[in-house]
Amino acid sequence: MRREAPQKLTDYAPLAFPAIMLVVFFVIPFGTMISVSFFQRQQGGFYTPAFVFSNYERFLSLFFANVLGFSLMLAVLVAICCVVIGVPFTYLLTRLTRRAQIIWMVALLSVLSLSEVIIGFAWSTLFSRTAGITNLLVALGLMEKAVALSPGFPAVLTAMVYQALPYTILVLYPALVRLDPTLTEAARTLGASPLRAFFTVVVPALRATILATLIMVFIFALGSYLLPQILGRPQHWTLSVLITDQAIYQSNMPFAAAMAVFLVLVTLAMVALTLFAGRKRESAA
Amino acid sequence: MSGLTLNSVRKDFGSFTAVNDVQLAVPHGTFVCMLGPSGCGKTTLLRMIAGLDLPTSGEILLDGEDITAVPTHKRNLGMVFQSLALFPHLTVGENIAYPLRIRGAPREEQKKRVDELLAMIHLPGYADRPVAKLSGGQRQRVAIARALTRSPKLFLLDEPLSALDAKLREAMQVELRQLQQQLGITTIVVTHDQREAMTMADTVVVMNQGEIRQAASPMEIYRRPADTFVADFIGSTNLIDMDTDSSGRAVALGHAIPGLSAPGGGRAIISVRPEDVHLTAPGSDGTVTGTVTFVRDLGGTIETFIDCAGKQIIAVSTPRSRPEVTVGQPVGVLLDPGVCVVLDR
Repeated sequence: MRREAPQKLTDYAPLAFPAIMLVVFFVIPFGTMISVSFFQRQQGGFYTPAFVFSNYERFLSLFFANVLGFSLMLAVLVAICCVVIGVPFTYLLTRLTRRAQIIWMVALLSVLSLSEVIIGFAWSTLFSRTAGITNLLVALGLMEKAVALSPGFPAVLTAMVYQALPYTILVLYPALVRLDPTLTEAARTLGASPLRAFFTVVVPALRATILATLIMVFIFALGSYLLPQILGRPQHWTLSVLITDQAIYQSNMPFAAAMAVFLVLVTLAMVALTLFAGRKRESAA
Repeated sequence: MSGLTLNSVRKDFGSFTAVNDVQLAVPHGTFVCMLGPSGCGKTTLLRMIAGLDLPTSGEILLDGEDITAVPTHKRNLGMVFQSLALFPHLTVGENIAYPLRIRGAPREEQKKRVDELLAMIHLPGYADRPVAKLSGGQRQRVAIARALTRSPKLFLLDEPLSALDAKLREAMQVELRQLQQQLGITTIVVTHDQREAMTMADTVVVMNQGEIRQAASPMEIYRRPADTFVADFIGSTNLIDMDTDSSGRAVALGHAIPGLSAPGGGRAIISVRPEDVHLTAPGSDGTVTGTVTFVRDLGGTIETFIDCAGKQIIAVSTPRSRPEVTVGQPVGVLLDPGVCVVLDR
């Protein structure tokens, strides 16, 4: 194939469609959100155009700092859990027969068809005292009596990991399928047990993929606002819950926009930090 | 017995038998080449010796100890894969030091061993290079060095030179053989290249359809093939039908061949190498007469294609030892019983 730098303006024509889509569906709404975040809220009304920092000032309180901290911690935890479960799972999945792999993939993809609301209520039933999984443990004689596991932090975390895991596996799968299976065999002939080979060969060889997956799941989990409300207590609510609350129930668009902009900035900073750390380790190695 | 012994080793994949009751003894310090067409079971056999596949039945003994069920990482062997399987995230030095690192050997010991091995493969000072920056031949050497880091009892190579170009391959064959002799390590190489097998091996094991057809020295395999498959697979040969007439004489190509006889006095096949077919004047004593159909003059050697009673015979000779013949001319073909091998049909 011939690769030449574009010469004339018309050479850029194929880029027009994606560029227009990006402008219409991302740049314009995001620009609107940024400008709204500087607007003046009208009590009992909507907002009037202005250029004030009061929305950002209100955000700089201990309460919102705590919520932001919790949101980031939850998202990081979900990302780590997903990768820790997803990498070994996907590795074993790629070693199965083609047929078994297809069955697993269909089952995983079917999870994606469930809405967040359904996932939330299904888990809240499973974690309930009257109909939950603890009744099974009681029946098996492992527990004294059934207890409610929800609302609570473990319930929120479990449901969010459940929701994000199919995405994790879908992102990891292509990289793991392409990984040369003789690499682990070579490690075994050199004296590494299968488990050791996995940690000394498979994981390091996939470092870039694992990092990308962590970032993707982190961002995915930051946006979750239904599961914390269904399965958590108010102290488990994330910034996304508060944004929804301000935007929809309090009709405070400027403040919601300010929080959203702030969340985007913090997210970008964390992604940049992760990539930077990844690159630094690579050059050190 | 010291060395490797395979006792009726068998491997089935469903209803397909990849390796069928193989019996083989490899004495300590020998260089064995397993040779055969693709799908003959040679790689499966090697993988069972390495412990990467488990035999369906049979046993594998190393220095008298049964290792059939011992997991790969406890077998103390070194293996070079067809894909080389160098770890892409590690440097040359880290690749070679890998077996020592996972064993927790001290850093100085690792470095010392890496330097020793890099000197042995003629790549000193390459320890800090990433493997992606090496040429094909250099990667090959690194894979060999890595397999030898632990000074294993058994050195296994699966089509190790197939990715190299012809010239480099020939040089590496010689180098690999010299390295093996210097280390005195029991070595098994799987290959489909007979030149490679002939160059390197003490013993060539010819396999076909999951069975060993012959295991012998390269010369023996070439001069005394055990059956028509081996005769045809190793080098080129003329396979001629032979019959026994009522008076017990061997008959081939419509002529009696004195000095030959079929086992049991029935039908058989004669294998005669093209360089052992001598051309003489037509009608001379003890010859078969044929017609020259094609001459391929390669400068150093001349191949003459002769039609003898409908059967094509190829003779290879040097320009000086061959009578002047041209296409369409009758010629006498001398089948010397001393160099003809009689095989079962």
